[in-house]
Amino acid sequence: MSDKRIFIKGNEAIAMGALAAGARCFFGYPITPQNDIPEFLSKAMPDAGGEFVQAESEVAAANMLLGAAACGIRAFTSSSSPGVSLKQEAISYMAGSELPGVIVNINRGGPGLGDIGPAQGDYFQAVKGGGHGDYRLLVLAPGTCQEAYDLMIESFDLAFKYRNPVMILGDAILGQMKEPVEPWKPEGINPEEGKDWALYGASDHSPRIIKSLFLGEGELAGQNQHLREKYEAMQVEARAESYLTEDAELVVCAYGSIGRIVKSAVRKLRANGKKVGLFRPITLYPFPSNELLELAKKGKRFLTTEHNLGQMVEDVRLAIRTVADSEFFGFMPGNLPTPDAFEEPILAALERK
Amino acid sequence: MNLYQDVIIAGFGGQGVMLIGNLLAYAGMEQGLNVTYIPVYGPEMRGGTANCTVVVSSEEIGSPIIHRPKSCIVMNRPSLDKFGPRIEENGLLILNTSLVDLELAKGLPVKVVPIPVNEIADSLGNARLLNMVALGAYVNASGVMPLQAVQGALGHVISSHYKHLIPKNAEALQAGADYKP
Repeated sequence: MSDKRIFIKGNEAIAMGALAAGARCFFGYPITPQNDIPEFLSKAMPDAGGEFVQAESEVAAANMLLGAAACGIRAFTSSSSPGVSLKQEAISYMAGSELPGVIVNINRGGPGLGDIGPAQGDYFQAVKGGGHGDYRLLVLAPGTCQEAYDLMIESFDLAFKYRNPVMILGDAILGQMKEPVEPWKPEGINPEEGKDWALYGASDHSPRIIKSLFLGEGELAGQNQHLREKYEAMQVEARAESYLTEDAELVVCAYGSIGRIVKSAVRKLRANGKKVGLFRPITLYPFPSNELLELAKKGKRFLTTEHNLGQMVEDVRLAIRTVADSEFFGFMPGNLPTPDAFEEPILAALERK
Repeated sequence: MNLYQDVIIAGFGGQGVMLIGNLLAYAGMEQGLNVTYIPVYGPEMRGGTANCTVVVSSEEIGSPIIHRPKSCIVMNRPSLDKFGPRIEENGLLILNTSLVDLELAKGLPVKVVPIPVNEIADSLGNARLLNMVALGAYVNASGVMPLQAVQGALGHVISSHYKHLIPKNAEALQAGADYKP
C-alpha cells in the first residue's frame, strides 16, 4: 500500500481533495492555522485550470463563493474561527438562496481572537446555523488526513445534491498534522450539474433569479417549508464511527481530533479490562441521533467529551433523552489535548454507575 | 507482530528537529506502516524551542499527540526539563550531551543514550548534521525500523536545493547509530 500513499498535512489533504472533486474556484483570506490551504492552492488551483483569489477580506471571499456557486461552479473557501464568523452573512444568504458552496473551518481557540491552537468552540456555530435566519448546513467532521481528503470530495457531491452549503469542521490538530493519504479521484461528476438552476446566461432557457428575499404573500413561508423538507431529507446522510461499543458499558462520544485522541484512551482502558467504547459522529449535521438512541436502548451509559465548554453534548442528550442521559467532560481550549487528559474522566464516569 | 512506537523530538529552533520528525515518519510510511507527525507550536515556541511528535504503528493510530512518550530525543536543556520527566518508565532518552549535562538525566527512570551530537556532526565536517546524528542514535536504540529505511527516505524530505547533501546526511545517520558511549 505504501507506493500509492503520499505524506501530507490535513490542510493539504483538504486542498487536494477539493481539486480531486473538481473544485475550480477558491476564495480565501489568510488566517492561522489554515494557511496551508490557500498556500497550496495559490499554485495548484491555477495549474488545474481554476481560479485562486486571495480576497481583500473574509467577507469578500465568502461573497465570491456565493457568486461562483450561483454559476453552478464547484467552489469553496476556507478560514479559521474568527474568519468564519465574518463569513456568516454570506453563508446565511447561500442557505436562503440554496447555493452549493463548501466552507472549511479549521477551528482555533476562542472566543474572540483566542489563540492559534486547536479547539472545538465552533460546534454550535457550525451545526445550529451560525448566521441569521432559520437554516442548517451539512457539517462534516474529519478525524484523519485521509478522512479530510475523502470528506472534502463528498462535500461537493452533498452540496450539489441538496443545493445547500456544506461545512468541513476540522481543528488545528487536523490542519497541522501529517499522515499518509491515498489520493483518489471520483468518477462521474455530472458535467450538467446545476444546469437546471444555475446562472450561466439565458440563451437556452427563460431568465432565472437566485435570491433569498421573499416578500410576496406566503412566499417566505413556502420557502421555509421547502427548506424544512430538505433538512429532513438530509437526515439519511447521518454517519458515525462506532468503536468497541458492542459490549461497552460506557460509550464515550467525541468528534474530530478529540474522537481519535479519545480512541487511544479507550484502547488503553480496554487493555485494562474496562468496558468502554467510542462513538465518533462523522456528520455533525445531520447528527447521528438514531444510532445513539439504539445504543441507549441497549442500556449503555454515556460520556461526551469535547475541546470546549460543552456543545455537542446537547445533541447527544437530545438524541437519547427518552432513555438515558450523558455526562460531560470538557477539555479547555488553550491546552493541547492528549489521551491522558481523558483517561481519568472516562474511568470516573465508568465507575460512577 | 504489532509494532507501536512514539517519540517526542525537542530542541532549539534551527537544530532541525522538525526535519528529522518528518524524515522518521516518511520512512515509516515507506515501510508500509501507519504514521503521524505533528509539530507542536504555541507559546513555548516563542522561547526558541521547537518540538514534534511522531507515532509509528502497524495498527491504526489514535492520538497523534502524546503526553507520556515511549521515547524522547532531547537536543537542549529546556527540552530535558520539559519532557524528561514525562517519558514512560523504562522508556528511552536520546540525550545530546554536547549541550546537556548527563548528570541532569541520572534520576530519570529511563534508559539514557548519551551522545555528543554537536561534536560528532563537527567531526563529519558540517555542524548542521547534528539532527541526523541524533536520529541515527534513536533508530538504532529503539529498533523502530532499519536505519537503511530512514536513509532511503532522505530524498523525500530534503529540499531539492540540498540534494547534494544527502550522502553526508546518510553518513551522519550511520555515525549516530554506530556511536558507543
